[in-house]
Amino acid sequence: MDTQSTHAEEFQELESVVIRFAGDSGDGMQTIGERFTDSSAAFGNDLATFPDFPAEIRAPAGTIPGVSAFQIQIGSREILTPGDRPDALVAMNPAALAVHLSELEEGGILVLNSAAFSHENLRMAGYDSNPLEDESLIGKYELIQVDINHFTLESLSEIEMSNKDKLRCKNFFALGFMYWIYSRSLETTIEFIESKWGKKLPVLADANIKVLKAGYFFGETTETSRNRYMVAKAEVEAGKYRKISGNDALVLGLITGAEKAKRNLLYSGYPITPASSILEGLAAYKHFGVKALQAEDEIAAIGIALGASFAGNLGVTGTSGPGMCLKAEFIGLATATELPLVILNIQRGGPSTGLPTKTEQSDLLQAIYGRHSDAQIPVIAANSPSDCFETAIEAIRIALTYCTPIIFLSDLYLANGAEPWKVPSVDSYPQMDVPFAEEGKPYSTFSRNPENLSRTLAIPGQTGLEHRIGGLEKDESGNVSYDPSNHEDMTLIRSEKIKKVAESIPPTEIFGEKTGKVLAVGWGGTFGSITSCIRSMQAEGFSVSSIHLRHLNPLPNDLPKIFEGFEKILVPELNMGQLNVLLRSQFLVDTIPFNIVQGQPFKVKELTKKIHELLQD
Amino acid sequence: MSTETLEEKKLTKKDFVTPNDVRWCPGCGDYAILNSLQRCLPELGVPKENYVVVSGIGCSSRFPYYMNTYGFHTIHGRAPTIATGVKVANPELIVWMITGDGDGLSIGGNHLMHMLRRNVDVNILLFNNRVYGLTKGQYSPTSPVGTRTKTTPSGSIDNPINPILFALGAEATFIARTVDTNPKHMISVFKAAQEHKGVSFVEIFQNCVIFNNKTWEPVYGRQNRDDNLLILEADQPMVFGKEEKMGISLNGSTPEVVKLGDADPVEKNVLFHKPDQTGSLYTAMLAEMEYPNFPTPVGILRQVDKPTYDSQIHEQVVEAKASDAAKASLQDIVYGPSTWTI
Repeated sequence: MDTQSTHAEEFQELESVVIRFAGDSGDGMQTIGERFTDSSAAFGNDLATFPDFPAEIRAPAGTIPGVSAFQIQIGSREILTPGDRPDALVAMNPAALAVHLSELEEGGILVLNSAAFSHENLRMAGYDSNPLEDESLIGKYELIQVDINHFTLESLSEIEMSNKDKLRCKNFFALGFMYWIYSRSLETTIEFIESKWGKKLPVLADANIKVLKAGYFFGETTETSRNRYMVAKAEVEAGKYRKISGNDALVLGLITGAEKAKRNLLYSGYPITPASSILEGLAAYKHFGVKALQAEDEIAAIGIALGASFAGNLGVTGTSGPGMCLKAEFIGLATATELPLVILNIQRGGPSTGLPTKTEQSDLLQAIYGRHSDAQIPVIAANSPSDCFETAIEAIRIALTYCTPIIFLSDLYLANGAEPWKVPSVDSYPQMDVPFAEEGKPYSTFSRNPENLSRTLAIPGQTGLEHRIGGLEKDESGNVSYDPSNHEDMTLIRSEKIKKVAESIPPTEIFGEKTGKVLAVGWGGTFGSITSCIRSMQAEGFSVSSIHLRHLNPLPNDLPKIFEGFEKILVPELNMGQLNVLLRSQFLVDTIPFNIVQGQPFKVKELTKKIHELLQD
Repeated sequence: MSTETLEEKKLTKKDFVTPNDVRWCPGCGDYAILNSLQRCLPELGVPKENYVVVSGIGCSSRFPYYMNTYGFHTIHGRAPTIATGVKVANPELIVWMITGDGDGLSIGGNHLMHMLRRNVDVNILLFNNRVYGLTKGQYSPTSPVGTRTKTTPSGSIDNPINPILFALGAEATFIARTVDTNPKHMISVFKAAQEHKGVSFVEIFQNCVIFNNKTWEPVYGRQNRDDNLLILEADQPMVFGKEEKMGISLNGSTPEVVKLGDADPVEKNVLFHKPDQTGSLYTAMLAEMEYPNFPTPVGILRQVDKPTYDSQIHEQVVEAKASDAAKASLQDIVYGPSTWTI
């Protein structure tokens, strides 16, 4: 715990704190995690969250695979990650304790629901003896055992509900108690409960509020001698803020980009974790003219989107790694026909079904190279949940300006993680009007804008511009051509066009000095961890800087120049070293990979340790 | 463009012909199909720029290159997905989709099924020659058991799929069959297909002159067609036969061929064709009537009304745009339901 000062007897003031809620997947841990997030955001903390849930919807209750968790870091300073290890852990059953205890900071707060420590639950969690009765927890943590079931039922004694239903409210007891420990008001959560259930299920709303308050009062009445903590408001830029997850930001970015480009947005997807919420999200924006379709499979999803682009819409499709494999042939067709198309890959652990609910960034080389033949397309990646908004608009800009398919990489950590976001003015984004071909003028399918080598689209319904496109190689006029030199010319110009994208991107931002001992080069969802690490090391006076790449194909033209300024270049990635391969092959630079593939975001400490090693060498 | 002059000018077959050389084998059945569609479209009163022809991969799928409309030659089996995207993006367009027995029923069977059950308003022509032509003569999912090809030297063992039953299984709203040897019949079926609001599935018996020549000869050859083809017309009796007048009647729930001679079909209980039956049993009966046990039916086997996928998507958007939610500005939705100010 980052202790700044002991402010008063009652509260200990902290600069930041990491809290993890863990329980059975039916225990409502995501719900109370979200509520803690909303309350902290409303209070004015900076924060980052990380939901961590199992692949099974409801694994057998009480088992290790059924454990679901939600981690949040709140701070009065800038918070870029959900934190390495929790300072406080709420474990609703023995399985949750078994899975998460090793991560809890020594001396951390440990809240346990003693009612769940039955013989059967202990057995399922693999405990030979009850940790509440043996010595294993004593003295190591600030242990708080509460019979949450008992107090939940007690507080609802006057409510007409079955005991089973009453116990479903117990997560709110844990939440109420944590609000007491961290000196949070209940107001935001009560408002949430009332708006969610107040009208439809007033009894449930009432019950949840009672239990929430019971948890809070339990702290007040029985734990009076305990330390309570306070994390003050963060000093952040003035403005209007909201909480946003990566996939929500992506949905809004796509809608905004389509508006700016004056194209109708058609999104076509097939359910897959962690991309499904994009399709669900967009389906709610029909009133913005969005057409969101659930296709019969991943191939159909991209085909429908590509057909829509051919007809003049902005076609977008989204999936995760395995779905990308299925879409690969169509990406080849989109490349050959040079149609605009945005393809979202919300990466997860692989190969194959792999770790469908854990994060990884191991599809980079697939995005860049994963097609038959020489088929270059642009690849970009978002670096934080809110950055998915900006990056979605950038993807649309590139797709339309260069008439090309583009792959947008996000990952599960960004997709599900949330952070406060200073909402930008949509007027601050420029219009992206890419006109269709003019009627009445001769049209040649692959004649190109000399500036950026893009072709111009003519769309069905335009008079006199009828033409045929397809997978067979064409010449400039659009006729099928098997001519050897034409194929080489077309291959080269398609590739040249993609290289041109690099001329349209801003200079790479360097966090820190332009020269020094170590430069960390990251991309995608590791931004928070890398930046936190670099900033704190810089504050300690170390000669370290970082850059974080949004554009991965083509890579920025200024990279070789930047690399020259540093003695060592470290490339941390949640994969086996894919950007590392790219940088080495494109720039002949002796980069040093740093790779962890455990389905979890980087821990700042792991990175810091690695950089210290490099500095000492 | 001077649209006035184009509108005034009546379209002719020539308007739908591209200058590209047609590269099918001499004698291929595809020529007659192409010719028939090019003759049919000018009569339907749709501006040429509103036509889109989409295809997959295979001999038949080269079709768009020879139609002077918007066209998209896509990838193997996936034409239904592109066609769906085009139609949903712009329901004003008239979309024709060209596929074959391999493209549509083997690699693309899944997409075809979903396009049919969704009732996307696209006109599908499935060229059935019971062989893979472009890859040089392997058996296809419609080849009869025992078909000997380079990949089945001892004869194929898998049961072929019946395209009409396939379409019926997906409850297609328009199911028809025609033959590449009868342009007049093709044109009448194509016209009805385009005019049908909803998905139109047309199986065309097509001859591959190189790898499966005369596969349909027993059914539609000059000497055989009168006896082995049953030309269906709505509300008309099911009669056929060159020398001897024959009809189809029901024996219990099973169809049977009856001799008519000079008798009135009504007297002999000959069935009258009713393509608008909403249940599937009747169409299934027709689909299972096949040479040599029965004359093979051609014409519109089934035509029923159901709302189309594309129009419903469009309507949902129109409705949503007229709702209260639509009053929100782009900035409002980016702010979302809950914000705080610092």
